[in-house]
Amino acid sequence: MTPVRKFATCARVLRQLSHDPRSIVLLLLAPSLLVGLFSWLLSDQAAVFQRVGPAILALFPFIVMFLVTSITTLRERRSGTLERLMTTPLGKGDLVAGYAIAFGLVALLQAVATVTFAVVVCGLDVSGPVWALGVVAILDGLLGTTLGLLASAFASTEFQAVQFMPVIVFPQVLLGGVIMPREQMPDVLQAISDWLPLSHAIDAVDAVTTGAETWDIARPVLVVSAFILAAVALAVLTLRRRTP
Amino acid sequence: MGERFALTISGLEVRRGKRPVIEGLDLGIHAGKVTGLLGPSGCGKTTLLRSIVGVQRVHAGTVTVLGQPAGSKALRKRVAYDTQAASVYRDLTVEQNIAYFARVLGAPRGDVARVMKAVGLETSARQLAGGLSGGQEKRVSLAVALLGHPELIVLDEPTVGLDPVLRAELWDAFRAAAAAGATLIVSSHVMDEASRCDRLLLMRDGALLADTTPAELERSTGEHDAEAAFLAIVRGAAAGAGTAADPLSGRGTAAKADPAGAAALAHPADRPTTDEPRGPHGRHVA
Repeated sequence: MTPVRKFATCARVLRQLSHDPRSIVLLLLAPSLLVGLFSWLLSDQAAVFQRVGPAILALFPFIVMFLVTSITTLRERRSGTLERLMTTPLGKGDLVAGYAIAFGLVALLQAVATVTFAVVVCGLDVSGPVWALGVVAILDGLLGTTLGLLASAFASTEFQAVQFMPVIVFPQVLLGGVIMPREQMPDVLQAISDWLPLSHAIDAVDAVTTGAETWDIARPVLVVSAFILAAVALAVLTLRRRTP
Repeated sequence: MGERFALTISGLEVRRGKRPVIEGLDLGIHAGKVTGLLGPSGCGKTTLLRSIVGVQRVHAGTVTVLGQPAGSKALRKRVAYDTQAASVYRDLTVEQNIAYFARVLGAPRGDVARVMKAVGLETSARQLAGGLSGGQEKRVSLAVALLGHPELIVLDEPTVGLDPVLRAELWDAFRAAAAAGATLIVSSHVMDEASRCDRLLLMRDGALLADTTPAELERSTGEHDAEAAFLAIVRGAAAGAGTAADPLSGRGTAAKADPAGAAALAHPADRPTTDEPRGPHGRHVA
């Protein structure tokens, strides 16, 4: 791994994105739009928005970044550019890290936009520090990015990549505690939900908005970070220089 | 022969699923020469080239490139590969594409302009690769393969679909690279490119039919154009086995779908010297 190649790759991914303004607008504004829709829908039930709102903040960056990353990296695999890169000195870690840093930056901008919108426009009440909410939202976007990187290894068409949504994303949404608090789930489902990264991402956002103790925020943040690192490591392992 | 080989292959075997694509191939590529790899579509050319650049999973045999096992780390700056389909980012400009690969390869700064000029794209530098014609896009991909003066340049069908003037210009660029000391392997299914090469490899159904030079090929088969010579070789080989089949098309009657026919064709080609007293080939690779 070399910094030059890693950042060249990161810059290249961002440059590709810059040629697609429509995607940038969607990436930055879509989560705010959905948070706004929720807040409007629940305008008569402020308490419900206060309960569900934070989770939504964790959910949308995760879903959007998962989709964007899995499709972008799949395109790299299918266009022949990955095969070409595998004949160059570029390390597998350089490539994955380049993607993760590029989309991590996008996740950062998206988090700032979404959190600002949720707090300022929708009036989401945050008891903990707002910046902590931003940090957690970035981590959630990064989690979506790294899982997307990993998922793209198992898809051979864009169509398949989109099919990972119902397989990888929706169960995590259902079991993550948005629809039903995790403590009220049947034991087996609760045990499963403990092993899903999104559950911890939602726990982290909840902890910040309710103003929980430092450790209650730090613990789920650490768990999410561990999942991010594991997904990056697995994504590197699934990259092969030699293919059949 | 006392000539230096830039790469040697012995006993190469590649299977796709259970189907063998290349079976026991032996080969030496002469250093500093332009070697043409000719054969019908689907005969295993791309698989062979992928084995040379080290991205193909091989099942047996050794491929030694510039003294190192193919695909080893030390070779990644010394060997360049251009895939059959243009491998560039369609959502980047021509210049951005080439500049990215230049940074990955650690090529000098001025190289970007040099290779753009070599493929005649200096006026399209700021256009998106995705907005170019197929031929132009392919040239962007080709330019990347010329970055950093690699010692071995492997080009998979680099001139397909290009207009003749441009094709001649690209061949000038290949010749210039060879004159500067590089070894080039250029695949094509267009037989008329044969005369532009220093050496020729004729391939069919995953086996080498001949390893020769354009002049020798013409002399031994008595045919002026490469397509007719190719036909003569295949027919000669097939006659030994008493098989008459559509010789040129890899998808034809003797294609992989018909293992018996394919085997009948492939076997005499594997040991042509024993069946073929006339010996239409320059240098056999048994």
